[in-house]
Amino acid sequence: MSDTAENYDQGEYNFAYLDEQTKRMIRRAILKGIAIPGYQVPFASREMPMPYGWGTGGVQVTAAILGKDDCLKMIDQGSDDTTNAVSLRGFFEKTAGIRTTYETSEATVIQTRHRIPEKDLTDDQVIVFQVPIPEPLRFLEPRETETRKMHALEDYGLMHVKLYEDIAKNGHIATTYAYPVKVNDRYVMDPSPTPKFDNPKIDEMAALQLYGAGREKRIYAIPPYTKVKSLDFEDYPFEVQKFDKPCALCGARNVYLDEVILDDRGGRMFVCSDSNFCEERRAAGHVGPMAADPAAVQIGGSSQEETAR
Amino acid sequence: MSLFQSDEPLLQVHNVTRYYGDRVGCSDVSFDLWPGEVLAIVGESGSGKTTLLNCLSTRLAPTAGAIEYRMRDGTMRNLYQLTEAERRLLMRTDWGFVHQNAADGLRMNVSAGANVGERLMAIGDRHYGNIRSTADDWLGRVEIDSDRIDDDPRSFSGGMRQRLQIARNLVTRPRLVFMDEPTGGLDVSVQARLLDLLRRLVSDLGLSVVIVTHDLAVARLLSHRIMVMRYGNVIEAGLTDQVLDDPREPYSQLLVSSILQV
Amino acid sequence: MPVRLYLNNVGKSFTMHLQGGTVIPVVEKVEFSVSAGECVVLGGPSGAGKSSILKMIYGNYRCDKGQILVTIGDDIVNVAGAEPRQVLKLREDTIGYVSQFLRTIPRVSAEDVVAEPLVAQGASEEEAVEKARSLLARLNVPERLWTLPPATFSGGEQQRVNIARGFIAHYPILLLDEPTASLDAANRAVVVRLVQEKKEQGVAMVGILHDQDVREEIADRIIDVTTFAADVAA
Repeated sequence: MSDTAENYDQGEYNFAYLDEQTKRMIRRAILKGIAIPGYQVPFASREMPMPYGWGTGGVQVTAAILGKDDCLKMIDQGSDDTTNAVSLRGFFEKTAGIRTTYETSEATVIQTRHRIPEKDLTDDQVIVFQVPIPEPLRFLEPRETETRKMHALEDYGLMHVKLYEDIAKNGHIATTYAYPVKVNDRYVMDPSPTPKFDNPKIDEMAALQLYGAGREKRIYAIPPYTKVKSLDFEDYPFEVQKFDKPCALCGARNVYLDEVILDDRGGRMFVCSDSNFCEERRAAGHVGPMAADPAAVQIGGSSQEETAR
Repeated sequence: MSLFQSDEPLLQVHNVTRYYGDRVGCSDVSFDLWPGEVLAIVGESGSGKTTLLNCLSTRLAPTAGAIEYRMRDGTMRNLYQLTEAERRLLMRTDWGFVHQNAADGLRMNVSAGANVGERLMAIGDRHYGNIRSTADDWLGRVEIDSDRIDDDPRSFSGGMRQRLQIARNLVTRPRLVFMDEPTGGLDVSVQARLLDLLRRLVSDLGLSVVIVTHDLAVARLLSHRIMVMRYGNVIEAGLTDQVLDDPREPYSQLLVSSILQV
Repeated sequence: MPVRLYLNNVGKSFTMHLQGGTVIPVVEKVEFSVSAGECVVLGGPSGAGKSSILKMIYGNYRCDKGQILVTIGDDIVNVAGAEPRQVLKLREDTIGYVSQFLRTIPRVSAEDVVAEPLVAQGASEEEAVEKARSLLARLNVPERLWTLPPATFSGGEQQRVNIARGFIAHYPILLLDEPTASLDAANRAVVVRLVQEKKEQGVAMVGILHDQDVREEIADRIIDVTTFAADVAA
């Protein structure tokens, strides 16, 4: 992560956009976050050249940890080629000049909005989450002074009130994303709006997890191999979503699927949300039930050629 | 009746004084409260009764004086030397606080069942079925139909909200409950029902209660003992029927003589 | 028979602050005692202070001067200087009061109103309600009323409910505040009988009874309260 501004010329961007003092401040927040897993560390979030809600928190965290040797993967809802992913990847290509990739295993830093790759991450990788609202207690307790006290005192009964309401109104815990977790038996944390399908992945994950909320000015972290437990009731244990069909394109089971509308006559299919995972499987010869469908082929068309640089 | 079983007071109040700048909120109040005893604090608006109640319930730090409480383990603790975590635990297990305005004591955007169950979840209850059946039981005890368990208190009448607030407070079997004008703002018939319910619960559970009210009829029906406050001072205290039937101080006599006879 | 109650030099006056601090003297130097199994009736015209004496013994009125001593086993308690807790304790198991007026409690049935003092003394709910019913029956309260709250009863019915409530539990000392006023002859006779039963049980009683016939039947002694008149003594 050595990022001295040796290439810095007047009129150019500083490496990875942020000035070095800002990176220093953000790294301190990150270190504190790693030291206290799940604790929301306030930081002096900067104005970024993109609107709030576009990942300004994640971008600042990524900018603070990137080094010239890093290889960056940028995903949005599991996909490498959606608007948010494309523009943020472009941002770092331009301001840091680093390598980028679509391939999960090739990346050293992965910035994500709303998903965790299907492929297991390793302990030489860092995953950065873009977080809109970091405070899991916010919807039940609007006062920041009070939620901070509640965290300090481990006063988390309210979190279960929310889950109770879910069961009372829906017969089961209906929260499907931003599903609250308890980190290292201490802090209750919002794992950003990832589907609860991904919650088991953040438990004992090999990679370092960093969470950045730009508008709310908070950074938090889960160090590698940390216990992360999804909150639940004894008689309503935590469960992930189940899909009754495999991916229509690659035939993968036990992965998170997105619904894709094919036409205006009700045609649809369910495909891997992790586009890179799906492509790799198809390249390896796996075939899903709709792989031959012309409409499906067009949707699932490879973006591999754009990746090459 | 559990009122006389204990020889040790539950709450001891020593010279509690609260100033708001130069103004006196309440001044030099001392008393003991015994297990199972109901103490009414009466007086007109601005007499300092709510200030005193807030000081007793650790919602407002007194300027001077001390308040000691006998914890469940039998030790006497100075309330203002408890840690914040101990204080919170006390407030949601061993104590209750019934607000005049039920909306101040309820979560208006979650169901009645969750309102009652919250304290249970806060102390670590993690079995949905048990929490729900306990909540249902308590709704029954405060005369709220089971089929309202998943409704928000917003859809409840004033009297129902107040009863829900009481259930929410009593679910952890507290030993001491503070009440701030619990029947204020309710219709007379609704008031009567609530009072009767409170009277029964208080005696069935052997609760100690400090109740602030300006309604002497409420004080007579619920309390064993009464303190009359004026300008921040306790001007007369004693057995409820003695103070009401044989008031000694000029202001107490005025209060008693101001009751409308129906 | 042992002395249960002893009033020693008791004095009482009211200060009416709302009427310019007028002091209304009530009684002075009240002194008498009541033994177990004895019924003492306070005599004298209205306003002589009979009711005030009864209320002071019950702790309902403050006692300005003197002592009101009550024997409980080997202990002697001074009601005049007792803490509120002690007075409440006395009312629960030592001193009963049969007053003229029932203070009704919303939604509590007549039989439960009657049974309550017995339950407070530790009797089971069933036992207490059974005894309550038998007393209500003796006092000719119609059975259809027993499970109803007495708020809507007639004056006489309410009074009989309250008499039943006063007599149900055992108190070593019982205060009777005009229990027979406005009762018909049959019910008066029931009350007389109840008082006699209490006497046999060794209860010490102090009463105010305007009814000449009843008074003659139950009084062992009549104390003329006018001899305690405060304006004379002062």
